[in-house]
Amino acid sequence: MKIAIASGKGGTGKTTVSTNLAKYLSEIRQVVLVDLDVEEPNSGLFLKGELVNRQEMYKAIPQWEASTCTLCGNCQKVCNFNSIMKLGDNIMVFPELCHSCYACSELCPTHSLPMTKLKMGELTEYKMDELNFISSKLDIGQEQAVPLIAQTIRYVDERFPDSILKLYDSPPGTSCPVIEATKEADFVLLVTEPTPFGLHDLKLAVETMRELGIGFAVIINRFGIGDAEVEKYCEREGIDLVAKIPNQREIATLYSRGELIYPHIPEFKRELELIADYCNRLQKEMSL
Amino acid sequence: MKEIVIISGKGGTGKTSITASFAMLAGSDAIIADCDVDAADMHLLLKPDWFMQDDFYSGVAAEIDPEKCIKCGKCEQVCRFEAINHETGQYEVSNLNCEGCGYCGHICPAGAISMVEQNVGKWYVSDIKTGAKMVHAGLKIGADNSGKLVAKVKREAKAIATLENKPYIIVDGSPGIGCPVVSSLSGADFVVFVTEPTVSGIHDLERVYQLVEKFRIPSGCIINKADLNEQVSAEIKLFLTNNGIQHLADLPYDESFTKAMTNGQTIVEYPDSPITGVLTICWTDLKLILEKQ
Amino acid sequence: MKIAFTTTGTDWNASIDPRFGRTEYILIYDEEKDEITNFDNRDIADVAHGAGPKTAQLIFDLKPQVLITGNGPGGNAAAVLTKTDLKIYIGAGNMTVKEAYEAYKTGILKQS
Repeated sequence: MKIAIASGKGGTGKTTVSTNLAKYLSEIRQVVLVDLDVEEPNSGLFLKGELVNRQEMYKAIPQWEASTCTLCGNCQKVCNFNSIMKLGDNIMVFPELCHSCYACSELCPTHSLPMTKLKMGELTEYKMDELNFISSKLDIGQEQAVPLIAQTIRYVDERFPDSILKLYDSPPGTSCPVIEATKEADFVLLVTEPTPFGLHDLKLAVETMRELGIGFAVIINRFGIGDAEVEKYCEREGIDLVAKIPNQREIATLYSRGELIYPHIPEFKRELELIADYCNRLQKEMSL
Repeated sequence: MKEIVIISGKGGTGKTSITASFAMLAGSDAIIADCDVDAADMHLLLKPDWFMQDDFYSGVAAEIDPEKCIKCGKCEQVCRFEAINHETGQYEVSNLNCEGCGYCGHICPAGAISMVEQNVGKWYVSDIKTGAKMVHAGLKIGADNSGKLVAKVKREAKAIATLENKPYIIVDGSPGIGCPVVSSLSGADFVVFVTEPTVSGIHDLERVYQLVEKFRIPSGCIINKADLNEQVSAEIKLFLTNNGIQHLADLPYDESFTKAMTNGQTIVEYPDSPITGVLTICWTDLKLILEKQ
Repeated sequence: MKIAFTTTGTDWNASIDPRFGRTEYILIYDEEKDEITNFDNRDIADVAHGAGPKTAQLIFDLKPQVLITGNGPGGNAAAVLTKTDLKIYIGAGNMTVKEAYEAYKTGILKQS
């Protein structure tokens, strides 16, 4: 079963929930946590384990073969991303802009643009007891998170059967990266804050999940600050409210040091248990 | 005219609340541009009343004309994004998957595929409670924020600032390290980083700084919740010193920020809050820095 | 000497556009002929991605010896411009074309 942990707004505690939930669940069963926030992956700051694998991640880009090229300029014409350009008697490729669509390469009349691979980021896999933790990081200057997210999911799917619980720590927002990270999930947990910003961005996230047709529930973090509008909204919309993680300065302090929260804060652990129960129930109901 | 861009890399550091506070302090002197289009929240604090809105088009997606389609399947074969299927018997494009590369259109022997511009959202010009104007945008679900939309919002803001002879443009920058944030930074006179003393805060600050450094824009940093972790705060300050980033202010860990937000207000509308004083001085310092440039 | 400016207008009094890739116009001043020519870049300024290298390609084709702009080109555009002998001067973001030209002549602008 695949559960994505997402949020409309950044900084609501998505990573806190993912890392603590993954570690907590792994005390009794095997869990895979995947950090798909490849632009700013932070889960690894909270989980230390034994390095199992580290590999470079590649995307396909065209490479110019000057010897056979007739400088016809067709490549520049077919590229919709301005990632290949004819400059005088040179063809120049801009790898960061390339979407790996293969059009320039396969439509080149002289086959002078074979596809080759270019590093776009790095994947690391750690193991700590029953928890496998996989994280990918996009190289600075690379503009597209989506291919790396897709490849990371593929890496996980090839190595772990769906009978194991997989948690996806998704990127924030409602645009392409978060859709890539959640569209294959069986269920999504949306983490929000009980504030006007939190509510506004939660509504966008809810719309996104409805559009994708994926089931979802809400977790409120920093419960106690702000107002009751998020709760009222969930009630009105008939959305399950799984847990209310209390607002405590000690939680913020532990987070700031890169530590897990539940071993230290019983109130946090209680809410985590509710989330864990909810996940277990989901898995049974969906018999995945 | 000077353009100040506020960015953070990581979400939830208080970037938007601080940007809105600067907008209040600048009053009618500053045109505001909300380029955090993915999670555009500033309108909740600045109460915009829009008097102009327009559709925004960006990027293209393939469209197959079923009348012309000869069902040869070539488009589905060449598509690297699994965006074309024929489950219904007709060849169809999934807009969520289509990257807009146009390869299918180039190889279609029947000329049945055209690339159609996508309406991805709306942009607005509004009067706000500071007495000035704000340019902002709203994206449709799954629409990708792009450098183009950010550039559009900034260009409109600049046009208004020029027309009305405003000394400042204050930009709430985009998150992440991709194309939108690059576009947010383009043309800026000064960048303000907002960070927090957490392991992820410093990690993301370092990543986003690598981008700003490429553009050689002078920058400063506000550490929010500075007293949350003295050790990480000190690490951040060392990073700032080593990279020639001005340390603009430390804000205390204070929940009145959230209380103000809950009331739809910025913190500087509360004269008794300690943060009001710090941000007021910070804004004065910023103006001095910009004058000297 | 042919000097290119990134601008928001088409004459000496136009402002410099501080953006390189998404500049509205490229204005070329030919010192020998004392003549201004303009290139409308607004279509390029409006592309979703890759405005930088595309504008750089225009500069490449126009072959000026000097470019005067605001922040300077980003990575991809800079890569194109290294294929030319162009000298790039930055920091003219808040000037008019006239002021920027004078600042360049008196050595106030930084070469990037």
